[in-house]
Amino acid sequence: MSNLKGHNRELAERAYRVRRNAVLMGEVQGQGYIAQALDIADVLAVAYFHAMTYRPEDPEWEGRDRFLLSNGHYAIALYSALIEAGIIPAEELESYGCDESRLPMSGMAAYTPGMEMSGGSLGVGMSIAVGMALGLKRKKSSSRVYILFSDGELDEGAVWEALMSAAHYKLDNLIAIVDVNNQQADGPSTQVMAFEPLVQKLEAFGWFTQRIDGNDLDAVVDAFDAAKDHGEAKPRIIIADTLMGKGVPFLEAREKNHFIRVDAHEWQLALAALEEGRRA
Amino acid sequence: MTKPVPNPAKPRLTTSAMIASIASEGQRTQAAPFGTALVELAKTRPDIIGMTADLGKYTDLHLFGQAYPDRYYQMGMAEQLLFGAASGLAAEGFVPFATTYAVFATRRAYDFIHQTIAEEDRNVKIVCALPGLTSGYGPSHQAAEDLALMRAMPNMTVIDPCDACEITQVVPAMAAHQGPVYMRLLRGQVPLVLDEYNYTFELGKAKMIRGGRDVLFISTGLMTMRALEAAKQLESDKIDAAVLHVPTIKPLDVETILKEAQQTGRMVVVAENHTVVGGLGEAVARHMMLNGVAAKFRHIGLPDAFLAAGALPTLHDRYGISTQAVVDQMKAWQA
Repeated sequence: MSNLKGHNRELAERAYRVRRNAVLMGEVQGQGYIAQALDIADVLAVAYFHAMTYRPEDPEWEGRDRFLLSNGHYAIALYSALIEAGIIPAEELESYGCDESRLPMSGMAAYTPGMEMSGGSLGVGMSIAVGMALGLKRKKSSSRVYILFSDGELDEGAVWEALMSAAHYKLDNLIAIVDVNNQQADGPSTQVMAFEPLVQKLEAFGWFTQRIDGNDLDAVVDAFDAAKDHGEAKPRIIIADTLMGKGVPFLEAREKNHFIRVDAHEWQLALAALEEGRRA
Repeated sequence: MTKPVPNPAKPRLTTSAMIASIASEGQRTQAAPFGTALVELAKTRPDIIGMTADLGKYTDLHLFGQAYPDRYYQMGMAEQLLFGAASGLAAEGFVPFATTYAVFATRRAYDFIHQTIAEEDRNVKIVCALPGLTSGYGPSHQAAEDLALMRAMPNMTVIDPCDACEITQVVPAMAAHQGPVYMRLLRGQVPLVLDEYNYTFELGKAKMIRGGRDVLFISTGLMTMRALEAAKQLESDKIDAAVLHVPTIKPLDVETILKEAQQTGRMVVVAENHTVVGGLGEAVARHMMLNGVAAKFRHIGLPDAFLAAGALPTLHDRYGISTQAVVDQMKAWQA
């Protein structure tokens, strides 16, 4: 981390704080999609503190970039970023997943400021993103649509319907990020349903495609910059290979970490591990 | 239900047409009322856009596409994408009219409509051809259960228009309504009936089309024209039948339905182009029960079965929703 470029050192601190928020929320429930939040924190830090335009005080500002969370169970990760971005007050963190909370375990548009769609049913987000990108073009808006989805969602046929249509409509205002952490409910994604070679498939579908280490902040920044600056009239996608539990070694090492339970005493250990990584 | 006995003297009708007109011989019709009305409305509503899943021509939306090519989106044969993208466009302030066949919207794309449109209360207008039994193509194209599925979805408004006169009025009304709407579409040469009755469509309102002392038809969609034809024929049998037309299946005009149903002495006959499971008949029965309205109750609808392929008039006779079948059933019940 010490060799990061100046601005990227700030992003590393943002990513640390996103991870910390996620662990604190995880502790409220004692379980959850913590490992995903830790793996995607670097991507969210770059999205919210480098790439995107928005107004924290006005989450529905017309000129904002839209961020769609297709994998609704990553809500814990997005809430962590929205808190860090000042869109959700930090004190709501302890309400995560509780009755009457604005932060339900799966993302829902009507509940949470900054949540652009209702997730939960995996594979629906990409088609919404296509519609939003078409709508922004109709309005001659310079805003972009960002969409995060997961490698498991590649199993859903509707994702490919939407991928095909985005290229058909030359949606150069659409930037997708697919989190390849190779874990889904029943096991490693590549074993559940083989999706490789992903770069070739997405390129064949007409997307400007980059594949990066999604936990290498320099690479993530460069990929977002390239996605925004790319000159062809194509939708853009970043395949982010990530490590489940990133930043907390004992969670990284767990074999089945799609939905993890963490013992009460381990939350402090997790926070300590993050802090240690921050200082390194 | 008794099946009609095959008549060797009667010429065999062409079978299995995917799209067949429901107009009977000599009936007045109007061409493409939905497409025509949408083109007209869009003149003053630049926020209206058209979307389809490779069925523009077969849902009369091609007229909109020809009139406003830059407001028309072909989404390919991909209904889940169609409705998800419609949700995205609605999120950006547009009012998409998204068309396909009823089976593909309600059965294939149900979760997408549920999650991306209804759950988020997006302002999408879903317009679906071949509702109920209006295709002889077999179960793949017969949406016998579409009303049951759509009325079970929170936030969804469900409309089953009778004829071209009504469709022309429903289009601006559904556009003016904020929120998701499902409309059953009759396309192509669509019968014209209700103009003779000075009919005015109002969203959420049931309307008395004709009065009668012996029977109260409570009907929706094309079954209202069948009920009206049957009522005329029943006059010669000294059966005086009223027809209450219920184009809005959800929200249901419970007040008007109960007011008419509780008039003593009338048999209540619900008629719908839909399976007897989960449609207007069960909805009316529920509200009568809840409100202590007792009446002789009969239900004309499609059987809970996979329906046959064949010529549409044959199928409407067989499954009891043709005018003649309605008349025959009424005579038996009133005997």
